Amino acid sequence: MPVTVKIPTQLRAATDGEAELEVSGATVGEVLDAVFEAHDGLRERITQDGDLRRFVNVYVAGEDIRFQDGLATAIDDGAEVTILPAVAGG
Amino acid sequence: MSVQNLKCKECGTTYDLGAHFACESCFGPLEVAYDHSALDPAEVKRKIQAGSQGIWRYADFLPFDGRPGDPLEPGFTPLLKADRLAERLGLEAEVWIKNDAANPTHSFKDRVVAVAVAKARELGFETVACASTGNLANAVAAHAAAAGLDSYVFVPSNLEEQKLLATGVYGTNLVGVRGNYDDVNRLCTQLAETRPWAFVNVNLRPFYAEGSKTLAYETAEQLGWQLPDRVVCPIASGSLFTKVGRGFQEWLDIGLLEGELPVFNGAQAQGCSPVATAFAEGWDVCKPQRPETIAKSLAIGDPADGPYAVEQARRTGGAIDAVSDGEIRDAIRLLAETTGIFTETAGGVTVGVLRKLAERGEIGAGERVVVYITGEGLKTLDATRDSFQMHEIDPALESFEAEFTQEVAV
Repeated sequence: MPVTVKIPTQLRAATDGEAELEVSGATVGEVLDAVFEAHDGLRERITQDGDLRRFVNVYVAGEDIRFQDGLATAIDDGAEVTILPAVAGG
Repeated sequence: MSVQNLKCKECGTTYDLGAHFACESCFGPLEVAYDHSALDPAEVKRKIQAGSQGIWRYADFLPFDGRPGDPLEPGFTPLLKADRLAERLGLEAEVWIKNDAANPTHSFKDRVVAVAVAKARELGFETVACASTGNLANAVAAHAAAAGLDSYVFVPSNLEEQKLLATGVYGTNLVGVRGNYDDVNRLCTQLAETRPWAFVNVNLRPFYAEGSKTLAYETAEQLGWQLPDRVVCPIASGSLFTKVGRGFQEWLDIGLLEGELPVFNGAQAQGCSPVATAFAEGWDVCKPQRPETIAKSLAIGDPADGPYAVEQARRTGGAIDAVSDGEIRDAIRLLAETTGIFTETAGGVTVGVLRKLAERGEIGAGERVVVYITGEGLKTLDATRDSFQMHEIDPALESFEAEFTQEVAV
C-alpha cells in the first residue's frame, strides 16, 4: 500500500534532495526498509544495529511511534510517515 | 577568538556556525565548540569583573566574536544563603538559592533567549520563534520586542493564564496549539524547515543552550570563584542541567576553578519523569511520556538532552528524582516561608527534591549545596490557591479582636 514518507532537511543529501518519498509497506519497519532500498545512504544515518538511532523520531499520522508499537506500528493506506530530529525543544 | 564551530555530540562531525541543530550523519545534537587554550585565567577573571552586570560579562565563553548589543540583558541574579531552609530540613549543610526568577521576564529563559536573539540578529533573521511551555514564550516575546524583531510563539493552548497574558502583552503572534508540548515541538521542528525564521530552540538551539552556562559561571563567581559541592537543578529537556555542568567544566579546564564537578541532582515531577525513570532503570535513552503534572514548565515528555542528563548525574555521583504534585505545592510553601522567595511549580519540584535528598540523609554536614530556582511564583498562582486562608473582618477593632482572640493576648 502506498505511504508518503517525509524526509527532513538534514537527510535530503541522501535522497537527491527529495523531501517526500512514496513507498509501500504495512509497518513502519517495512516502510523504512523500502526507503533504504531506494536511498541506501539513509540506513546508517538513522539506524544503528537494526534500531533507530537515539536522536531520531518517527511519527505516523503525527503520533510518535514509541507510543505505538515502534517499528512494528501498522500503517494505514495513504498514511504519512514523518522522520524528524529529536534534538529540538526545551 | 575562542568560538570555533558546531560539533555533533554523538559523532564529532563539524559544521559552520550557522542555523543548524541536528547532525546530517547521525541526527545527534550539535554543540558550539571553543578553543580556550589562549585564555589566561587571571586576565579572564579581571575582564569578567570589569564587565557588565549580566550575562555578557562572560562573553568569552559565549558563541560570539565580541559582545553583542543587548537591550534587555539578563543575569547576575541573587545567590542567597538559605539558613532557615537548611534548618527546617535538618541539614547541617550550607544551602544556597540561586534565584533566577530575578531576570527581565522572571525566569532563567532570559539567558538562553538573549544569546539566541543576538545570534539571530547576527545571522540576519528578521523573525524569531519558539516552542514553549510558557517561560520561554515570555522571554522570546519580550526580547524580540526589545530588539525590534517579529516573533511567533507556540505554546500548548491549555497553558497557565498568567503565562499567556505575560506573553501576549509584548505584541507577539501568540499561537496556542491544541496538544501537549511535544506536539508543539514537533510542529515547530516541521515549521523550521519551511519558514525563514530563527526558532530559538530548534534551528538556533546549539547557541540558545549556551546561555544556560552563565548560571554556572555566576554561581562560581558569587561563591568567591569556588565550586559548590552539590547542585539541585530542575530537568525538562535536560539542557539547563547539562549546560550548568559544562559551564563548571570549562572553567575547571582553563584553571579558573579548582576541584572537581559538583554532584548533580536532577529534579522532575512524577507526572512527567522520563529522565528520572531512565536514571532509575539504568537506560541510556528516555522513553517518552504523556505529561500530567502541575509543573507545566517542566512538562516535556520527550526530552532532547535526557540521555546526557542521565549520564551527567551518574558520572558525578548524583541522581535524578521525581516528586508528586502535592510535594511540589508543599515545597513552594516551604521555600516561601523560609526564604521569602515565591517560586513557580518548577521551583517547587527542585525544592521538593532537595527535601527528599535531606530526608534520605544524602546531604552531608558542611556540604555547600546550590539550588536553582528557575521561575517566578506569580506565573503559576493556581498552585498556591487554597493553601491558606484569609481572615476576613469588618473595619472595626472588635471584629479584629474577635477573629484573633487567642493570637492577640494583651
